Amino acid sequence: MEDLKQKTSEADREKSLLDIMKSNISEYFMFIALIVIMIFFSVTTDGVFISSRNISNLINQMGYIAVLAVGMTLIIVIRHIELSVGYLAGFLGAFSAIALTFWGWPIYAVIPAVMILGILAGMLTATPVAKLGVPAFVSTMAAGLIFRGALLLVTMGTGTIVIRDTVFNAIGNGFIPDLPLGGFLPGKHKLTLIIGLTGIIVSIYSAIKSRRTKLSYNFQVPSFGLFIAQLVLISGLIGYISWILSGYNGISWSLVILLLVVAVFQFITTKTPLGRHIYAVGGNPEAAELSGISVSKITYIVFAAMGMLSSLSGIMYASRLRSATTTAGLGFETDAIAAAFVGGVSAAGGVGTITGSIIGALVMMSLTSGMNLMNIDISIQYIVRGAVLVLAVVFDRITRRRQ
Amino acid sequence: MDIPILEMISITKEFPGVKALDNVTFSVRKGEVHCLVGENGAGKSTLMKVLSGVHPFGTYSGEIFIEGELQKFNGIRDSEHAGIAIIYQELALIPELSVYENIFLGNEVTNGLVIDSNESISQAIDILKKVGLDVNPLTKIKNLGVGKQQLVEIAKALKKEVRILIMDEPTAALNETDSDNLLQLIRGLKEQGVTCILISHKLREVMEIADTITVLRDGKTVTTLDVQEDKVTEPVLIKHMVGRSIDNIFPKRGNVNIGEEVLRLEDWSGFSYALGRDILKNVNISVHAGEIVGIAGLMGSGRTELAKSIFGNPDHYRLSGKVFIKGVEQKFRNPHDAIKSSMAYVTEDRKGNGLILIDDVKHNISLANLQEITAGGVINENEEILVANKYRSELNIKTPSIQQKVRNLSGGNQQKVSLGKWLFVKPGIMILDEPTRGIDVGAKYEIYTIMNSLVEQGMSIIMISSELPEILGMSDRVYVMSAGKINGEMPVEEASQESIMALAVDY
Repeated sequence: MEDLKQKTSEADREKSLLDIMKSNISEYFMFIALIVIMIFFSVTTDGVFISSRNISNLINQMGYIAVLAVGMTLIIVIRHIELSVGYLAGFLGAFSAIALTFWGWPIYAVIPAVMILGILAGMLTATPVAKLGVPAFVSTMAAGLIFRGALLLVTMGTGTIVIRDTVFNAIGNGFIPDLPLGGFLPGKHKLTLIIGLTGIIVSIYSAIKSRRTKLSYNFQVPSFGLFIAQLVLISGLIGYISWILSGYNGISWSLVILLLVVAVFQFITTKTPLGRHIYAVGGNPEAAELSGISVSKITYIVFAAMGMLSSLSGIMYASRLRSATTTAGLGFETDAIAAAFVGGVSAAGGVGTITGSIIGALVMMSLTSGMNLMNIDISIQYIVRGAVLVLAVVFDRITRRRQ
Repeated sequence: MDIPILEMISITKEFPGVKALDNVTFSVRKGEVHCLVGENGAGKSTLMKVLSGVHPFGTYSGEIFIEGELQKFNGIRDSEHAGIAIIYQELALIPELSVYENIFLGNEVTNGLVIDSNESISQAIDILKKVGLDVNPLTKIKNLGVGKQQLVEIAKALKKEVRILIMDEPTAALNETDSDNLLQLIRGLKEQGVTCILISHKLREVMEIADTITVLRDGKTVTTLDVQEDKVTEPVLIKHMVGRSIDNIFPKRGNVNIGEEVLRLEDWSGFSYALGRDILKNVNISVHAGEIVGIAGLMGSGRTELAKSIFGNPDHYRLSGKVFIKGVEQKFRNPHDAIKSSMAYVTEDRKGNGLILIDDVKHNISLANLQEITAGGVINENEEILVANKYRSELNIKTPSIQQKVRNLSGGNQQKVSLGKWLFVKPGIMILDEPTRGIDVGAKYEIYTIMNSLVEQGMSIIMISSELPEILGMSDRVYVMSAGKINGEMPVEEASQESIMALAVDY
């Protein structure tokens, strides 16, 4: 009898470990899928996919969609949708081009001005949603039409506006400078390696510090072996990415902007009361309101952030093309929404992470890049990307339901 | 004697953890008006759902006979086929469609493929005549008053051969004239040979219209009375409805000194734009430190609306009157203001608007008071764990860990998480809306014990409850609400289940 009891309790323990693995699988699945996709394309393209040059390109192409995906994540978390971001990005890109080229504004005035415009546009779009309960689908679709008209209006006289400001154009095409250490590690971008090393040291330091604090609270921490394994994995990942990037031109300014955006939004969503409030509003708006959280205030904040990120996206795109075109921003919103859903955001609200959506954006961009390298026709590319989107969401639903 | 038109024999229906119906027997004679009365949760609606096939055959035990024939309903279609029509408390009409379209919704009159509107309209006119409703069948439902909408609902039920018409609280939302009209109509239907089953809380109208009354209590049939023969009176009915003893289910409270007044409402009235009617009428109440004030009343009497209107008015009622907290008049613009003035509101619907079910225990507990564990704009997650663990052990929340998602907890433990969340706000006045609804006896006892220890520490509690024993067992003072008014106030020593029920059903 005693024996039997012990056996069942052991079985329980094993089962719970299995449960933990199962419950985490949906969170890590996309990351694993990303690695599988990358290995697949590396093999099929004889290593061209994973070459420094291609990865560097991929990141620069992804930047202006990824910043939108960050904002879109929060929009979907609070149970809304934003269909105007593509046209808004296009319009604000054109606005930057006009301000730089025709009005002769200096770049340090253009960028903050455009960001403020983006915030105002986001709040304007949010007003019917937050104040009157108009569905965001309608409000943002209308805003999208208006921004599209505005884009056509400002580019009507000139058509494509060419931007000649080299600093502005560096945002989408340039790289951070290298240190003048000619003989040491030839062909490698030294500053990128140093930044990578700093990243590794900072992440190890903060992991140790967090572990110490937890121990001082007498909380459970993962075993020492597991802790070391985690550190090795993270350090390895940062080191490998830095090494690849350093083989071409190093870290691009696009990547710098993207990393800053991710860091700020990751911090806000996971560490601050504002972040908690956003997820609470998404999880149960009525309960949030009764807990003293203003749902309409949160709606304004999230749409304003989305507007600000749209302006960044517009700047990055215009800079990358070195010009503002009449079709800039077309379809960006679809790519951003797809990235967010592939990254595990739930349309039912309250679920979804910034890092998840970045991984989602990486998956979608890797598919495009890899299939381009394999010379796969664009028609097939669309079909594959659509299939991956729906598979990712279906998988996410199934794993969630199992819990 | 004739065979009864309807016989339900030994009906038992269980939901996970609750026996909603326990061996209920219910028999209706042909052509009579049979009223079904009982407290909230006595099992009336469940019994009618079993009869109408909402709970299909096989999900309950027992037998249903209609005119001597055994019935096995697999759904509403089957029961409709057998001539049973049911009208629910919440009207099921489509506001944007016209009267005739609503009457034939789901059973459209067609000639082949297309709806034959002329034929529908002419049939609708005949049916409307039957219920004595004189409106153009092309009128949209939204342009009719509630009373007329109710009649359309009945017309919809009558469009087919109806043998048994069931109405769940048909007069709850009606004014007196509309109610009288409806009762008149029921008499008319009876003359046409339709058997009516009526669920109602309004005992006066039950006495007026019923031939037979069956009383349910706690899922059991208490008695079936013939109004004429048994000389039924209202007090007798009330006694049958509530006749339950309160023994040892309420823990003893220590000595509490009732202190100064902490909350006072003066002429507090409210109008709901959503419902289009007054929900609170000149409410005057006061609450003192260390006191549990019970607010009794039936569902829909305005108790929850009262709580929400005080707690920052999240539903945006149009309010008038004054709120004083510790003698100072307050005008709360939102729940945030109310929380800042040391109020807390544990909702009646913990799943709907109380908790964030997809989030874990610790995040739910900290949500309403994050600033307490935030330093330099950053939440200290370690402090958060300490807080959550503190309430987990103090309130005896049974969960594998504080990382557990709240939706995976039992009702009683969810309720304790709700309590923990609001205790963390460290309130002076706590409104508990149906604090023990849907939780088992053991957890109830624990929640009562927590309430006692809170008032012993000087907190004030406003407890809204539909359970009279709970009101009597826990309150110091009782207010009884009915139709948005305070119908009476009494110290608990002077209150009885009968006296409270008499005030609650007095419209």
